[in-house]
Amino acid sequence: MQVDDLENVGRTHEVLTARRAGLVGCTVCGRVHPGQTQVCARCGAPLRLRDQQSLQRVWAWLVAGIIAYIPANTYPMLLTSTLGKKTESTILGGVWDLFEHGSYGIALIVFVASIVIPIGKFLSIAYLAISVKSPEVIRGHGRQRLYEVVEFIGRWSMIDVFVVAILSALVQLNFVATVNPGIAAVSFALSVAFTMLSAQSFDPRMIWDAYEADDT
Amino acid sequence: MACPRCDALHRITDVPVGSRARCHRCGTVLMAPREGALTQIVMLAATAFVLMFAAVFFPFLELEAGGRIQRSSVFDAVMAFSEGLMLPLSVAVAGLIVVLPLLRFSAILYALAPMAIGWAPARYATQAFRIAEAMKPWAMAEIFIVGVAVALVKVAGLAQVSLGPAFWAFVALVLVTVLKDNFMCRLTIWKTLEERTRS
Repeated sequence: MQVDDLENVGRTHEVLTARRAGLVGCTVCGRVHPGQTQVCARCGAPLRLRDQQSLQRVWAWLVAGIIAYIPANTYPMLLTSTLGKKTESTILGGVWDLFEHGSYGIALIVFVASIVIPIGKFLSIAYLAISVKSPEVIRGHGRQRLYEVVEFIGRWSMIDVFVVAILSALVQLNFVATVNPGIAAVSFALSVAFTMLSAQSFDPRMIWDAYEADDT
Repeated sequence: MACPRCDALHRITDVPVGSRARCHRCGTVLMAPREGALTQIVMLAATAFVLMFAAVFFPFLELEAGGRIQRSSVFDAVMAFSEGLMLPLSVAVAGLIVVLPLLRFSAILYALAPMAIGWAPARYATQAFRIAEAMKPWAMAEIFIVGVAVALVKVAGLAQVSLGPAFWAFVALVLVTVLKDNFMCRLTIWKTLEERTRS
């Protein structure tokens, strides 16, 4: 193992992987076992040389996420009634309201969390899943980075769901105003959960496998 | 050992305390041992565990409008969805911001606390730690904080809002959690768990 050896990071050839050495590595704790081992002796996680169904699960969760994202945008997220007046606002409508009130920063946060991140995630996961199969391999590091970003940032989309939860708990002043969550809150939460599962099903080892394909 | 990300093989050597070992192919940080990390993690997890109770039951936000004061705790926020169609959402919110983080802290405590005071690990320590690792992306306390900030701005026009003690407990909780995750080097912990269990 090299300590902080960044010079070598760019070199992607001549790397001995566990699979080539006839071994299987644990994706949870890193321990290496003989090729046919089923369960990791150290941490008890199931071992797979490569997850054959990984891509199928990625696509399934991704499609589920995209489907759930459609009602999340068309149905109202918040049902507000102020002094007898009832208003419904969708995700985009809520962003627009904030923008008109002059809170640009918050509008931007909500916009990024509930529009930019989910759509960016759909695209990036689809790109990763497609590019893994393509024969011409480019920039393993770029895609690894992309995968890490997708994995890390996905949870932050939940912001809007929490905002709705807090608002509806807080604003229950019977005469003045009440806030209730709409259907979109549920489907948005589901959409985020599905895409998180999709990202987790992806096996990042596949990004690097393509490098070995050409020289074996 | 094999890199969990890209499967490149490495030979385990002793990594000096305070430095990091990266995978030589994909650059993932493999090990980053720290002095006394075990004790620190256990202490921080215990702190987070206690803070969580304060954060859940003390009033979180106070809202004042038209002479009426409304106090809400996180518990109320969770219960807000407890009617009809919204029940699944309520369960999800409760799970993500309270139940999962609590489970995670207790799993970490169960797995690491005996080792921190020098005993052999508890019987199901490996299972507990694996569960804790699997739950990591689903514990969303820090996202909840940002949600609170956004909600505050939205309500600010309607009524006077002030922050309750639970809010600060929650902020502290998030800071403690982030610190704890930074101290935690999972490959080193797995190695230690294995060594201690055998002996």
